[in-house]
Amino acid sequence: MAFLSIENLSMRFDLPKGGHVQALQDVSLDIGKGELLSVLGPSGCGKSTLLNILAGFLAQTSGQVTLNGKPVNGPGPERGMVFQKGALFEWMTVRRNVEFGPRMKGVPETERNTVVENLLDTVGLHSFKDKAVYELSGGMQQRVALARCLANDPDVILMDEPLGALDALTREKMQGLVLNLWKKTGKTIILITHSVDEALLLGERLLVMAPRPGRIHREYRLPFAERAAGADLRSVKDDPAFGQTKAEILEMIWEMEEQIMSGAEA
Amino acid sequence: MTGLFILIVYFALFFGAAAAVALIRRSMVSITDFRSLKTVTFGDESAVMPDRFASIISVVVVFLVWGAFTGSKLVPFHVPGPFLGTTAFVYEVEAPDGSQGSATVNIVVHEMGADIEEPAPGTSEGFAQGDSASVAAWRSVLISAQRNDGEGAKIVAVEGKPISPGGTVDVPDGSVTMTSKGSLNFTPDKGLQMEAIWMPPPEAVVARLIEISRNGYQNVGLLEHVGWSLWRVLAGFVLGSLIGIPLGYAMGLSGWARGWFDPIVEFMRPVPPLALIPLVIIWFGIGEQGKIVLLFLAALWVMIIAARAGVSGVNITKVHAAYSLGASKWQMLRHVIVPNSLPEIFTGARVAMGVCWGTVVAAELVAAEKGAGKMIVAASKFQSTDIVIMGIVIIGLIGFGIDILMRKAEEWLVPWKGKS
Ligand SMILES: Nc1ncnc2c1ncn2[C@@H]1O[C@H](COP(=O)(O)OP(=O)(O)OP(=O)(O)O)[C@@H](O)[C@H]1O
Ligand SMILES: [Mg+2]
Repeated sequence: MAFLSIENLSMRFDLPKGGHVQALQDVSLDIGKGELLSVLGPSGCGKSTLLNILAGFLAQTSGQVTLNGKPVNGPGPERGMVFQKGALFEWMTVRRNVEFGPRMKGVPETERNTVVENLLDTVGLHSFKDKAVYELSGGMQQRVALARCLANDPDVILMDEPLGALDALTREKMQGLVLNLWKKTGKTIILITHSVDEALLLGERLLVMAPRPGRIHREYRLPFAERAAGADLRSVKDDPAFGQTKAEILEMIWEMEEQIMSGAEA
Repeated sequence: MTGLFILIVYFALFFGAAAAVALIRRSMVSITDFRSLKTVTFGDESAVMPDRFASIISVVVVFLVWGAFTGSKLVPFHVPGPFLGTTAFVYEVEAPDGSQGSATVNIVVHEMGADIEEPAPGTSEGFAQGDSASVAAWRSVLISAQRNDGEGAKIVAVEGKPISPGGTVDVPDGSVTMTSKGSLNFTPDKGLQMEAIWMPPPEAVVARLIEISRNGYQNVGLLEHVGWSLWRVLAGFVLGSLIGIPLGYAMGLSGWARGWFDPIVEFMRPVPPLALIPLVIIWFGIGEQGKIVLLFLAALWVMIIAARAGVSGVNITKVHAAYSLGASKWQMLRHVIVPNSLPEIFTGARVAMGVCWGTVVAAELVAAEKGAGKMIVAASKFQSTDIVIMGIVIIGLIGFGIDILMRKAEEWLVPWKGKS
């Protein structure tokens, strides 16, 4: 049995004014331990819905998610989440934010301190550990969010547009960081993104989803993440194979968007 | 009349000072803070900083106007005060047989309470006899000038101007009105200054403050009056918070609690606490208990609503994040919900303290043995305007002080307010 398995997952939102949205229909997927899976798709195709069900924030209408053989029904510390923004606790310092998970578990302070020191070193925020989080820039805040997630040592890390609010340069640096952390920790990561570059670069496996109803449209196995870890991201992007896949996926998404538009007009 | 004049003077000072300060500033170095870089400032609220200079001048102006219109010794210039000194007017009188005479009335206008000698009667012509009178400033005096001019004599003119019962004639330094019985009522010029029983000068208020803080008022010390008011506010506020905050949390966290308390809270919220005074007096009497219950009610709804808003305002991603990090429900409450609601609660506490302070003074006006409100209402019964004004100033300063303290506490305890 797979590490994380999704079987015939469907999600249907009944709208208050009647009617419904089929956000996911019969999605089945197996994810192995240590995989880095990136998810692309036009807006509204159910990416966030899928991730929220995996995190346990939403209850699916049918189907099942199992992690390590145990069904998922509710949030839990074995599935960490990195949000786009606004998830840090402003009333805590950087250190307090990072050690939140272990502290809730009752890990003794000295042990927590070692974890926090290590992680802040890794994300390069050691000198900011006693700062208030609202004093940090957006990129720094996302690094804190990443460190906080890792401090809890989850089996799976779920990321919904974690770099979406950052500028291009910071975003590139953060992509490198995510790759290095993945290599270093061997965590299973599911990453939703709107950037095709990012999905290709970070996804060992790439899923393109299609809307109405939300489903998996196409799946790729990619070599770029493996190559990019610890290397120059731009050199990987210069690879002709990279450009080819990118063009193919863009074309695919454009087609779907066009269908959505014409569907909306009809 | 004086009020309108004060208003005009006040606005003249507002614009005059603005122009003067602008003129002085222009001749000095130019302003070099970031605002000077903005090209659009009118309409940009962030470019509007309170001009501290204006604030200082504003306070000074209040005292200057106050002093100038009350004849204060602390202020070098005054608006014209009431006439003081000796004056006189001439009246003409007609006897029943048609013969005419005239006489002068000598008048001394003195300060209230001064001990003075009646002036000598004025000169006269014909059968009329001179008269004299004395009167305090701002008062008027009835002069039966025709009495000593023989049986049936009738006054027909004052200062050469004909007069009849009910009519008024201007005379030097005052005016004369004829009563229905034919006597003359002399009112000296009042000027534009206000009498101390309406508006005492600043130094009288300060003198009262010193006297009362030393000797107390009606056997109760000033600190005791103020202390009682503060104690009531504090007790009511603390009780209101102790009950209100948990209730607000319950309403924010449970649908049943929200549904149960919503009608009560929404109904009680718009009822002004002052409207509860009669009921509270009926139920609890006029003692301490009643006042604390009233203030408790004043604070309660504000704190419930603040706590409820604080819980409802939590960003769902923070809740999700905490659960994904393994927090239990109790840990969620303690580490996320409560700290996240603190800014709202502080805002509520500031409002509640303001409402409580206003309510306590009003409640003391209605019924109390001691307290700031009690002091001023007792003083007003004796027309001790200086004590009333002193009390109002103290009440205002304490209310202001409470707000500043709350704001400092807020900056210190919830520095993340408005930063998410
Ligand atoms: N709580 C909800 N109630 C009703 N409809 C919802 C709800 N959440 C999502 N949907 C609908 O489900 C569909 C999928 O939404 P979802 O947020 O998963 O899309 P997404 O792929 O993450 O889009 P984006 O890329 O814009 O974030 C959309 O059509 C959306 O309108
Ligand atoms: Mg989404």
